[in-house]
Amino acid sequence: MDKMVPYPSGAIVPERDVDKRPVLETHHLGIDFGGLTAVDEFSLTVGKTEIAGLIGPNGAGKTTVFNLITNVYQPTRGTIMLNGKSTAGKNTSQVNRMGIARTFQNIRLFSNMSVLDNVKVGLHNSIKEGFFASVTHLLGYKKAEKIADARALELLDFFSMADLAEETAGSLPYGAQRRLEIVRALATNPSIILLDEPAAGMNPSETAELMENIRRIRDTFNIAVMLIEHDMNLVMNICEGICVLDHGKIIAKGTPDEIKSNPKVIEAYLGKKKEKEADGNA
Amino acid sequence: MSIASKYKGLSKYARTNIKTYGLVIILFAVLYPLSNAGLVSYSITGQLVPICTYIVMAISLNLTVGILGELSLGHAGFMSIGAFTGAILSASLQDKVGSDPVILLLAIIAGGILAGIAGCLIGIPVLRLSGDYLAIVTLAFGEIIKNIINCLYVGIDSKGLHINMKDAASLGMKGGRIILNGPQGAVGITKIASFTAGFILILFTLFIVINLIYSRSGRAITAIRDNRIAAESVGISITKYKLIAFITSAALAGMAGALYALNFSAVAAEKFNFNTSILILVFVVLGGMGNIFGTIIATALLYMLPELLRDVGDFRMLIYAILLIAVMLLTNSSKAKLILENAKLKLRSIFRKNNDGEVGSNG
Repeated sequence: MDKMVPYPSGAIVPERDVDKRPVLETHHLGIDFGGLTAVDEFSLTVGKTEIAGLIGPNGAGKTTVFNLITNVYQPTRGTIMLNGKSTAGKNTSQVNRMGIARTFQNIRLFSNMSVLDNVKVGLHNSIKEGFFASVTHLLGYKKAEKIADARALELLDFFSMADLAEETAGSLPYGAQRRLEIVRALATNPSIILLDEPAAGMNPSETAELMENIRRIRDTFNIAVMLIEHDMNLVMNICEGICVLDHGKIIAKGTPDEIKSNPKVIEAYLGKKKEKEADGNA
Repeated sequence: MSIASKYKGLSKYARTNIKTYGLVIILFAVLYPLSNAGLVSYSITGQLVPICTYIVMAISLNLTVGILGELSLGHAGFMSIGAFTGAILSASLQDKVGSDPVILLLAIIAGGILAGIAGCLIGIPVLRLSGDYLAIVTLAFGEIIKNIINCLYVGIDSKGLHINMKDAASLGMKGGRIILNGPQGAVGITKIASFTAGFILILFTLFIVINLIYSRSGRAITAIRDNRIAAESVGISITKYKLIAFITSAALAGMAGALYALNFSAVAAEKFNFNTSILILVFVVLGGMGNIFGTIIATALLYMLPELLRDVGDFRMLIYAILLIAVMLLTNSSKAKLILENAKLKLRSIFRKNNDGEVGSNG
């Protein structure tokens, strides 16, 4: 359980709720591909230690939103602010260095490298080792590698994967590959991590473990988590705020309970049942 | 613990080091005394320095093709820059510096630096492209370098270097001598390259390349090859690390070029044409993408093969080509791999049986 602390207003709230300044803000974000508007008017705020969910039917534009936030696509309209700084004009790797890490819907590991090396690639920007140290294996190389190894093992251990460190990443079972992708993203020391369908292809017990892990990520690293997921049980259980996307536009925002009972959301997922019946009767 | 199991327990870096340095040192230790004692035929002795340079070329190209994963078809262009830089520098230092090894060292360093600069200049615009586009641009680069050097005239006299792109007469030299004579290439080179120098250059190349692979920069380069989008998403600057790999590769090729040129009395730019680039690429592909150990073996064998096949006369290039195709098919067919793997296991079990027998009799 979270530690309870007094708030300036006098209320007693969980400690992590004190810091509600947003880590990520998007304002009127939009992108067109040719004549097609894939995402439009996407405005969302994610708190500093919030777990936010992004849901919607297939093809609603959820992954496109992730690609916009990480500047894989340059937005046609709107702005993205990370910790109060605009990410406009930055490329994906610069955006990562500003503090946005992500995983992918179809796993993208460095499959020929070892598990440990995958994490060490994630640690790239925190390892102090220049080119000449790299080619000579002198000039602080040993020290830098030692620190990196220790940090990488620590991160792997957090997901109980330390014993897999020497395995080749591509040979891991599916669930472990998904976890490794999260570890690699965490290694970049982000202030928000974007998870694209983290539970895809997992069985119920793996999903339950994943839910626990996502909470642990937020509580241990004190970062925000934003996830795209089709598993409603997972979304409704761990997300504090949910945003529903349909045809590239936000149709609802709110807490899980608000979303569950929102008629627009039900319509987007199940269609308009009553009207059709009415048509049939007429 | 036996030596074999001890070897298995080592890190991959240590194993690669032992394997590759071991191979090169053993080859040198065998060939050097033999060639000195005159026990190796002249045709092979004459090929020792070229083999060394081609090994360096292949290892450095493997950095671009195998480790970075970008196809470069102009590697001979960098070799060419190194070769003529080395030739010009050694000719101009001949009277000023007495010691040949020092001149050779300076020529190799200068060749490496200039080729590295060329690599940087073409790398900056080109590495934003990838795949086929990069291959075509590097191909064009190789041809451009060749054609520029083909019409370059450089001479030296008491006043220093004279450079001209028209003909030898318009250099306007008083006495002195011509170093670079257009299509004839570099002429009157003092042969100062030696097998030992080639051996040291291979060791240097191995040191740079293997260390680079097993380092922070190397991990970034391999990550870009394995999955560019993921590499970008974890904050790796794609252009920077592509450039690092490409420039390192070009600089090493330049060093090999300088050594190559200083092994002959004359070298023409035509030598470093598209065919040479492809030849080096063949060494890399047959040796294995990203496999340094394999590259060394493939280069040494394939370079010597036409020499060894001299007896079959006209058929030697035909046999060479058939062998290439056969090796390609064998190394890429899963069936052939299975047969090889089975043979390996069988050998191992026989070996183990013998070992057990020995242990039994001793005990």
